[in-house]
Amino acid sequence: MTPVASLGRSGLADFVLQRATAVVLAAFALCVLGWFLAAPVNHARLAAFFGTLPMRAFTTLAILALAAHAWIGMWTVGTDYVRRHYFGRRHALYLAIYQIGCAALVFLYLVWPLAVVWGVAR
Amino acid sequence: MRISLYRYDPDADAAPRMENLELDIPGVGDLMVLDLLERLKAIDPSIAYRRSCREGVCGSDGVNMNGRNGLACTTPVSEVARRGKLTLRPLPGLPVIRDLVVDMTQFYRQYEKIKPFLQNEDPPPARERLQTPEDREKLNGLYECILCACCSTSCPSFWWNPEKFVGPAGLLQAYRFLADSRDTATEERLAELEDPFSVFRCRGIMNCVSACPKGLNPTRAIGKIRTMLVERGI
Amino acid sequence: MPWRRRQPPVAERFAPVVDVSQLPVMEFDGVIVGGGGAGLRAGLQLARSGLKTAVLSKVFPTRSHTVSAQGGITCAIASEDPDDDWRWHMYDTVKGSDYIGDQDAIEYMCSVGPEAVYELEHMGLPFTRTESGRIYQRPFGGQSKNFGKGGQASRTCAAEDRTGHALLHTLYQNNLRAGTVFLNEWFAVDLVVNQDGAVAGVVALNIETGEVVFVKSKATVLATGGAGRIYATTTNAMTNTGDGVGMALRAGLPVQDIEMWQFHPTGIHRAGVLVTEGCRGEGGYLVNKDGERFMERYAPNAKDLASRDVVARSMVQEIMEGRGAGENADHVLLKLDHLGAETIHKRLPGIVELAKTFAHVDPVRELIPVVPTCHYMMGGVPTNVHGQALTQGAGSGDRVVEGLYAIGEAACVSVHGANRLGGNSLLDLVVFGRAAGLHIEETMRQGVAFRAASETDLERAGARLVRWDHSVGGESVAKLKEELQRLMLVNFNVFRSGERMRASIHQLAELRERIGQAHLADKSRVFNTARLEALELDNLLEVAEATAIVAEARTESRGAHARDDYTERDDENWLCHSLFFPGERRVAKRAVNFAPKTVDTFAPTARSY
Ligand SMILES: Cc1cc2nc3c(=O)[nH]c(=O)nc-3n(C[C@H](O)[C@H](O)[C@H](O)COP(=O)(O)OP(=O)(O)OC[C@H]3O[C@@H](n4cnc5c(N)ncnc54)[C@H](O)[C@@H]3O)c2cc1C
Ligand code: SF4
Repeated sequence: MTPVASLGRSGLADFVLQRATAVVLAAFALCVLGWFLAAPVNHARLAAFFGTLPMRAFTTLAILALAAHAWIGMWTVGTDYVRRHYFGRRHALYLAIYQIGCAALVFLYLVWPLAVVWGVAR
Repeated sequence: MRISLYRYDPDADAAPRMENLELDIPGVGDLMVLDLLERLKAIDPSIAYRRSCREGVCGSDGVNMNGRNGLACTTPVSEVARRGKLTLRPLPGLPVIRDLVVDMTQFYRQYEKIKPFLQNEDPPPARERLQTPEDREKLNGLYECILCACCSTSCPSFWWNPEKFVGPAGLLQAYRFLADSRDTATEERLAELEDPFSVFRCRGIMNCVSACPKGLNPTRAIGKIRTMLVERGI
Repeated sequence: MPWRRRQPPVAERFAPVVDVSQLPVMEFDGVIVGGGGAGLRAGLQLARSGLKTAVLSKVFPTRSHTVSAQGGITCAIASEDPDDDWRWHMYDTVKGSDYIGDQDAIEYMCSVGPEAVYELEHMGLPFTRTESGRIYQRPFGGQSKNFGKGGQASRTCAAEDRTGHALLHTLYQNNLRAGTVFLNEWFAVDLVVNQDGAVAGVVALNIETGEVVFVKSKATVLATGGAGRIYATTTNAMTNTGDGVGMALRAGLPVQDIEMWQFHPTGIHRAGVLVTEGCRGEGGYLVNKDGERFMERYAPNAKDLASRDVVARSMVQEIMEGRGAGENADHVLLKLDHLGAETIHKRLPGIVELAKTFAHVDPVRELIPVVPTCHYMMGGVPTNVHGQALTQGAGSGDRVVEGLYAIGEAACVSVHGANRLGGNSLLDLVVFGRAAGLHIEETMRQGVAFRAASETDLERAGARLVRWDHSVGGESVAKLKEELQRLMLVNFNVFRSGERMRASIHQLAELRERIGQAHLADKSRVFNTARLEALELDNLLEVAEATAIVAEARTESRGAHARDDYTERDDENWLCHSLFFPGERRVAKRAVNFAPKTVDTFAPTARSY
């Protein structure tokens, strides 16, 4: 149908990735939550915690996971709803705009936190 | 008994309309919805719907009754009417040809897509191919599908992507052949289902399960296909 | 929701006109009218051989009535009994037919049956299995071992109690694979017969668009199924209106043994829905209001598994003698509760569903109210073993109708004679569907041309459409249909009386007049089911009238035809087929075949079970 929709993606890969990234995100969320509950929070402790190399790697993984998870999810939502029934003949164009928008957002949420995480060291 | 009936004749009506009808029969609650339609049609022969076996095996008369998909011939009026009122509409999501008759082309096309026939290129024996009762048991809950489309037309994913999502009915049949010990095309079948739409548009909301008049469980079959796909991927 | 609306192009918005000089034409080598088991088996044979084949059906093929068949397909595949022999099956069938089944045809069916059943299995039909992995077979009525001397046989191959469903879907699936062209939801109106009396195709109506087309073919196959809807209650689908038989009669062709209507012992009281003979095969039995297993009195050996005509008559006798159950003492009861929940759920799951829905009883705990119900049309278009339709030539010998075949319930080969055995119909469908396919293949190989049809020929075939579309005022189709169905139910039931039948013939003549004047209120174009019902009413009338006239003429009791004024079988005068010629409404006799090729003739003897 639309060029984006027929990008030759594998539904299986998406499916597995979606679940794997969900696991990573859950683990990350638990880890951070546990740390928050363990002791009172201040900036110094926070910086120290996220400054360790393992934690930085983990955070990076979580950020990547979030990006992948969000992209797959948003792509799916788009191909569900941005359809001819509702949007008429130019639905393909709208879908493309929507997907570019999503891609931009995902990219932003990828680069920005990564910069923060790796900026913490300096 | 008040009936609100979806009417549409492309030659006469610019848009569909709901027709309000009154039917005064004692004990109307004991009738099936199909009996009710037959009574209405005896009065107004222009009402169009499909029907044949009137016992729930041919799958012709899938309709939407007070918001629920089901077979008109096996659904008692008393079970679906609310306070003496019944709204009858065509199955949702498919183009309407006339009144309660929908265009099932898209639904059949998805069925055909999964190659719904046994594939086994080995020359058959002189007698039947043997199958153990245990292997045969695996086909129960799958082969009984009557292609009524109650499930697929209750599935949002099928509404959104009727050309690409195979839909619960088609997937149930896909699994019927994957599960058949006599079929040897498992690999090819799975390869065809791997894309993001055919199977993976299912979100497991189980509308199909509650709609199926034969008590079948397409969601479970879809889950099994997914498992097979994942196992094959590893 | 916008996608629900579909506007047709403006040019199509006019009411249908049948202008025969401008009828669009479609051409096929073979056209099969009917997508039931018989039609699909023939279609498969033709499509696989590379011929341009179309299956034309008024309902989507898997909605054909074959889908309702429950119990199974009878065939000596020697799974339950390794010694089983097709000759024993043949003996049972001949005896079941009360000796007016053609023995060459029965021989053919029983001997090639196993091959046809194995083919179905290879195509994927999900038969129930035995422990050794073979096809499960259950006992059915009228089955015996060793030519009636070895006790009850188990010969009916089953897929639970959904054999017809499994069979029909399997055949449809394999037709998809073979590339058969499907004209789904097309209604065949009438045969196009040219001046030589050969069939050139059919005039058909596309139900969805209202378009009328001349479907031209070198071979036209009638596979339109039964006509149980001539009765007010029947186990048959609402689409079983005898269209093929009606078409043949209107084309001036005879029908054979049309007075032979099988009443199935176990139709659910009032609803008419069938519960399979397999229930009794699995060990169920009938009881009267006193709880007595009355079949022991009528058929001491076979009991509840005597052949259907015998059981049906016994039930009616019980009811007439005041031992019927229920408030009105108008039915008997089928007892399954002693079989145990496990057997019932494993072997008869569909029956549990039907009994709960239509009789409001759970067969695991309660008895099912049943009454003999119209079930099967033994008669039909006479054919030879290749499915070629027959009429009588000048010297009253058989003559093949060029271009026309008939198979399945619409045909009369005749393997069922005066009474069909359970499970023999599905076998009939696949065996003769295949045989007709093979014969057409062979004929095409030798080269046949399309047969010419003149405008007059087409006009005649389209005449009914014009007649109904020009009707203004008159009685309604629904009312006339109901009247016809009541009349048949009352007067052509399990027992028939000469006087009442004669009165009915007059009433039917009257009905013919009235139907000729009846009114089609809705003349719209798109999916006009009112028009279909009007066209079907014409067919019901043809079948009903033929039934009445021949039933009155056959002055004996044989098989399903039981008269209270001629209570005995009369082999001297009636050991023969009846033929009904529509034009002059004449009843003729046709010899039964007593010359099987590889076994000795089974000579008529008194029939007891
Ligand atoms: C409830 C029930 C249970 C049965 N159980 C058994 C059983 O267990 N074993 C057994 O052997 N037999 C059984 N029978 C009998 C058997 O099922 C039927 O005799 C058989 O299925 C008939 O098959 P058919 O192919 O001739 O016709 P059908 O299956 O009736 O098909 C007729 C076809 O013709 C088409 N058609 C009709 N008129 C037209 C027209 N005008 N234009 C276009 N198309 C048309 C229809 O659309 C349909 O596709 C049972 C019958 C009933 C009623
Ligand atoms: S799975 Fe159930 S609801 Fe869906 S088509 Fe089959 S019988 Fe109908």
